[in-house]
Amino acid sequence: MRIVVPMKSVPDLVEEIEFTADGTGIEREQLKFVLNEWDAQALEEALLLRDSGGVEVVAVGCAVDPEIDQILYTALAKGADAAVRLADARAGSSSGPAGIPVAARAALLAAYLEDQPADLVISGVQAPDDPDGQLPPTLAALLGLPHVSVAVGVEADGDGVTVRQEFAGGLSHELWVGLPAVIGVQSARQAPRYAPISRIRQTMSAGGLGELAVTPREPQGGPVPRRMLQPATTGHAEMLTGSPGDVADQIVELLRSRGLVKGE
Amino acid sequence: MVLAEHTAGQVSEGTHELIGKAAELAAVLGGATEVALLGPRALADQLGDADVVVCVEHPALAEYLPEAYEEALLEVLAQRSPRLLLMSNATVGLDLGSALSVRWEAPLAAYVAALGFDDGALVATSKILGGKVLAEVELPGERAIATVLGGAFSAGAGEGGGGAEILGVAPPAALDALRMSLRRVVEPDAGDVDIAAADMLVSVGRGIETQDNLEIMAELADALGVPLSASRPVVDAGWLPKTRQVGQSGLKVKPRAYLAFGISGAPEHLEGMRGAELIVACNTDPGAPIFGIAHYGTTVDLFDLVPELVDRVHN
Repeated sequence: MRIVVPMKSVPDLVEEIEFTADGTGIEREQLKFVLNEWDAQALEEALLLRDSGGVEVVAVGCAVDPEIDQILYTALAKGADAAVRLADARAGSSSGPAGIPVAARAALLAAYLEDQPADLVISGVQAPDDPDGQLPPTLAALLGLPHVSVAVGVEADGDGVTVRQEFAGGLSHELWVGLPAVIGVQSARQAPRYAPISRIRQTMSAGGLGELAVTPREPQGGPVPRRMLQPATTGHAEMLTGSPGDVADQIVELLRSRGLVKGE
Repeated sequence: MVLAEHTAGQVSEGTHELIGKAAELAAVLGGATEVALLGPRALADQLGDADVVVCVEHPALAEYLPEAYEEALLEVLAQRSPRLLLMSNATVGLDLGSALSVRWEAPLAAYVAALGFDDGALVATSKILGGKVLAEVELPGERAIATVLGGAFSAGAGEGGGGAEILGVAPPAALDALRMSLRRVVEPDAGDVDIAAADMLVSVGRGIETQDNLEIMAELADALGVPLSASRPVVDAGWLPKTRQVGQSGLKVKPRAYLAFGISGAPEHLEGMRGAELIVACNTDPGAPIFGIAHYGTTVDLFDLVPELVDRVHN
């Protein structure tokens, strides 16, 4: 079974976010980028399937994504069999200040997968910086494949896979899905494995990252950005200030006045 | 048009929130509010807040099944040509929204917290980057899809009236040639404690950094005699069981007090705890979205604050 795992980088959420001068996008130049955490879960689920035997895992990223080499080398260090960086063969194409829209990313991956089909595509259920939808169902629709998102477990089962799909309140459905298929992973059956820095360095010095130029079909038009705003987080919460001890006193008093802590 | 979500014969609360919003937008356009009901027609009784219920019945639609829903909904969209399709930004919307966007050829806005017409243009506001940024986008064209965050809108007035006109749509042939099937419905684990029943919760998020650090949070929870709960990253890391997760994919809780430590406040988390009577949030980032719904907040480092709290509760 050949499993392809599309991966992308996203702004590190601990970073201060600033907007472009025209206010329609996020200023990406100064930002630190990290692997989309749902893609980390998807890779883990693919590697768990690989551990059970007879499976080849290929991690795929888009060349224009910041830090994508580091992400793909880390995937190799964790046990992926191959890693490929996809470039857009059309002249003059670029990611633009807002990064690549979901439709364009899916078109690039669809071009790759039409050329080199996978039995299973496993990716993160969502990315926190995509206001225009999610990759797995977009890609599945372009390829005409069945798809399941919000998966919390994927296991080989005959000529298909058993997928656990999760709903609110912890309810889940166990589905059987025929291959080929596209799965959007919410969380893997176990926490993502760790690759020591030394092993990532080894894979980097060994090379082994393939680059492939593909020609995607023109993606469908999506939403048009108007402006970006910082949500109003101030003004609602009354901020407790002072030393940690002072703040602790105030919190305990809040709980005490409601009868939630005994004493005084 | 709103896609109705239902489980075990019950239409979800979120569906009524979407119908309420759809009715407001339909009034602006001078149109009607329609609901796509995939599954048992009897559920239309719970959709009285809509003008029209468009129903597709088929054995494959008894419970939610991604491919069956997608094919049936596409048929409904083709026949009814709505201006706008509203879905939840939870499992069903995350599953189907983007696929329908491609197949129905309509732009989609996800994580939608606000929606309206501005000078004839349909404008959506999406909460992205874990709620740290609001992206205002225009959905061009004659049709669009929005997947809406739970709790973004309030439920409409005529909930459950049962007065809607019901239209039947024949199931498309694709429903008899599905490439997937529902094996079984798995009820959630009972777990060792029921966090939804607790009077107070000590809840911990990504800010705890490591599993070892959870010990100081457990100490505080013990001192207060309440359960320790968590946001999704802590559970996904395997540090606490799924039964302790608060949020859209975990449990909804409404305790008398919710103490959030190192939780940034992604929309999915807020959906699970916004009903708490008292919310106190501790996060070193003054821009954390959690402060937008907390009653009290502090930017003191949790590693400095928690030992002080333990001290005071013990004495």
